[in-house]
Amino acid sequence: MNSATSRFNAGDRVRVKFEDRPGHIRTPWYIRGKTGWIEKAYGDFLNPESLAYGRDGLPKKTLYLVAFNQRDIFSEAEGSQDKVLVDIYDHWLEPVA
Amino acid sequence: MADTWTDAHGHEHPKHELSHYAKRIYAIRALLIEKGVLTDKDIQCQIDYQEARSPANGAKLVARAWTDPAFKERFISDPKAACAEMGIDATAINEFVVLENTEKVRHMVVCTLCSCYPRPILGRPPDWYKSFNYRQRAVADPRGVMREFGLELPDDVEVRVHDSTADIRYIVLPLRPGGTESWSADELEKLVNRDSMIGVMDALSAIPA
Amino acid sequence: MARGHHDVGGLPGAGAIDVTEHQLSDWEILADAVNQALGARGIKRTDEMRRAREEMDSAAYHDMTYYERWIASIEAILIEKKILTMEEIEDKLAEFESKWGEP
Repeated sequence: MNSATSRFNAGDRVRVKFEDRPGHIRTPWYIRGKTGWIEKAYGDFLNPESLAYGRDGLPKKTLYLVAFNQRDIFSEAEGSQDKVLVDIYDHWLEPVA
Repeated sequence: MADTWTDAHGHEHPKHELSHYAKRIYAIRALLIEKGVLTDKDIQCQIDYQEARSPANGAKLVARAWTDPAFKERFISDPKAACAEMGIDATAINEFVVLENTEKVRHMVVCTLCSCYPRPILGRPPDWYKSFNYRQRAVADPRGVMREFGLELPDDVEVRVHDSTADIRYIVLPLRPGGTESWSADELEKLVNRDSMIGVMDALSAIPA
Repeated sequence: MARGHHDVGGLPGAGAIDVTEHQLSDWEILADAVNQALGARGIKRTDEMRRAREEMDSAAYHDMTYYERWIASIEAILIEKKILTMEEIEDKLAEFESKWGEP
């Protein structure tokens, strides 16, 4: 299940790109531009942005489980330890120093 | 083909009462069969497949995991294989992940972008799971949602909300209710309700309220 | 571009969760089964269906019920793939409606 060529490792801090482009995007708006960390790499999957238009979905993209402190996204959130976790494709993530 | 359609309560209505899109599926079905794109059997197979899927499958898996620690490990590390062991067909799920609740951690699952759900295991999702209200609030206000389902958690319990945006399908392994040490898996199954496997509440209590 | 009408995570103004459930009507079961059958035959992918719903008119998207949206996206994708035409669907529907009687 793991990709041998993952760009990121568990624990790496990442930022979700703040892009606003057309097409079938599976990166929800509420995390765009937000910083979290990699929980794990799920392996490589066909790209839904391509599949959605009848294309072959290649090249495959690594899918990551990315965790965020809930309060980093929703500042009024009730739980101080709560997390939001989203499955995000590699090309939507950039490293954070 | 009848001129009536049957509603949720088993009442028949004339088809001309259907809404615009509801009517169209009959036309689309007929054309697809006429053109050989689908057969009647294809469609019936799907109806039958879906009929056989329900939260009872999930309840069996959870109850066994509660009573059999080795199975629980297999269920968490390779859920599809664990399903196959129990005669539950999870092959339609691309990737299947089990989220184990503990005293200090609770998980909740949503698909904010549409309504992704582990249908091969749990059957169709409830209407509320597909609603805008749930999809909007689950990531921003999970504790408020849980509260509506009767679950109040202290701040030192971590809530982890999973937004299933890709091919991973999540199911929550709820905490085993207290006071059930002597219960068999069959008895425990009754406590594992669908909503506890979505994560908006814990499993049912052993003691009636 | 801005956020799509389907991309609702975290949007404010949501109300209480209505836990009323409905058993599916015939036509909803049929919509579900046709959708799954088309997928099983490799005719369309779930990603295409999602995209079709995202491209729908926003007002319509919010007004329609869940399975109405599925039917609309099944229709849109079948027409896009030139498996059916709008004209064929309209003609077949008219044929059925004349059998079903006037509303």
